[in-house]
Amino acid sequence: MYDGGKIVAGLIVFLALVTSPIWYNVVTGKAEYKPEPKIVTQEKECVAPKAWMTAMHMTLLNDWRDSVVREGNRMYVAANGKAYNMSLQRECMRCHSNKAEFCDKCHDYTSVNPYCWDCHVEPKEKK
Amino acid sequence: MGVNRRDFLKITGLGTLAGVGGKAAADLLFKGQVEAQEAGPNEGALVGKRWAMVVDTKKCIEKIRKDGCQDCSIACHAVHNVPDFGNPKDEIKWIWQDTFEHVCPNQHHPFTSEGLEGAPFLALCNHCDNPPCVRVCPTKATFQRDDGIVMMDFHRCIGCRFCMAGCPYGSRSFNWRDPRPFVQNAREDFPTRMRGVVEKCNFCAERLAEGRPPACVEACKVKALIFGDLEDPHSEVREVLHEHYSLRRKPELGTMPQIYYLV
Repeated sequence: MYDGGKIVAGLIVFLALVTSPIWYNVVTGKAEYKPEPKIVTQEKECVAPKAWMTAMHMTLLNDWRDSVVREGNRMYVAANGKAYNMSLQRECMRCHSNKAEFCDKCHDYTSVNPYCWDCHVEPKEKK
Repeated sequence: MGVNRRDFLKITGLGTLAGVGGKAAADLLFKGQVEAQEAGPNEGALVGKRWAMVVDTKKCIEKIRKDGCQDCSIACHAVHNVPDFGNPKDEIKWIWQDTFEHVCPNQHHPFTSEGLEGAPFLALCNHCDNPPCVRVCPTKATFQRDDGIVMMDFHRCIGCRFCMAGCPYGSRSFNWRDPRPFVQNAREDFPTRMRGVVEKCNFCAERLAEGRPPACVEACKVKALIFGDLEDPHSEVREVLHEHYSLRRKPELGTMPQIYYLV
C-alpha cells in the first residue's frame, strides 16, 4: 500500500471527527439523559399499568378512538374495575394536564411527532 | 386401534359436559364481576333507533324576521369549535340559514304563499337514510351509525371531497386553511379540525352520549326544533309529523332525508 501510514492516519482522524458527537455526549454525560415525564395528578393509578402505558398508549388511543367514533361506546372499564370516559381531551388530559412536560418530554427525545394536537385541544397550562 | 367407537363417544361426551358445565359454573361463581377492559355506552345516554329532526318553520321564520335570530347556529358552532374565517369562500357551516327557494328548490313555484316567498329556512345535514356521501367516501371516514346518524371520523378523512360532490344539500364544508387560529376560545371538550378535512353536522352524537339533546335544539328559544326517535311511535317528532304536513329537501333524489320541515 502506497502511503499506508498517511491513509491510516487520515482514516483515524476521519472516524474521530465523525464520531465526535457521540464522544462529546459520553464525556459530558448527556448520553445518560433519560426523559422523565412529570405526572401531576391526585389520581393513584392510570387506566393501565405504567409500563404497559409507556409502551402501548398509542394502541390504547387508537382503540378508544375506534370504540367512541365507530361504535359509540364511550365508557371504558379498566382492569382495575373502574369506569373511565374514553376521551383524550376530557379523560387523559384531566390527569396529564401538562402536555409540555408529559407528552412532549418523550416525544421530543425520540423525535416522534404525533399529530394529535393538530385537532385536539390541549389544556391551557398554568405558567 | 387404541380407542374404539364406544370409548371415543364416552370421552367426547364427558369432555363436552365438562366444558359447558365449567363455563356455567364460572358464570355462576363470578357473577356480576366485570371482565377487564370492556367498552360500553355511557349510562344515561340518549339511545334511539332512527334519530330525526323537525323544523317548525312558522315559529322559526317569525323569530328570525323579528330579531334576526341565529341562536342555533351560534350555539352549534361554539360547541363544535367551528372556525369563522370571515370569508364566504372558506365558510364552514354545520347549521345555517338560506331562503326557502334555495333550501327547497323543487317546492317553489311562482305563486308560493307570501309567508314562504324569500323566507329564511334552516339547513343542516339531513342524516339521510340513504346517504350518498357515505357511498362515495373512499376511506369510510363518513359512515352511518345504527341509529341513523351520518358520522365522520375526522381522523380518517383524506380531504378528497367526494362527499361534498355527493351531497345534494351542500351540508359539507372543507377546511381550505388551518382552522385552529380562526376558532375563538376553542373548547377543551371537543376537537377542532385540521387543514384538508371535511366537516359537517354530527347530530351532536357527543351530547346524545351524555343524555343531552343537540345544541341547536337546546338553544332554540321558540322551540322550533324538535329532535327525536322516528321509530318510537310516541315520540314528539312522530306526533308532530302525524299532525302536520311536512316537507323534505329534494326527496325525489331518493336520499331519504331525515330533517322534516313543517310549513
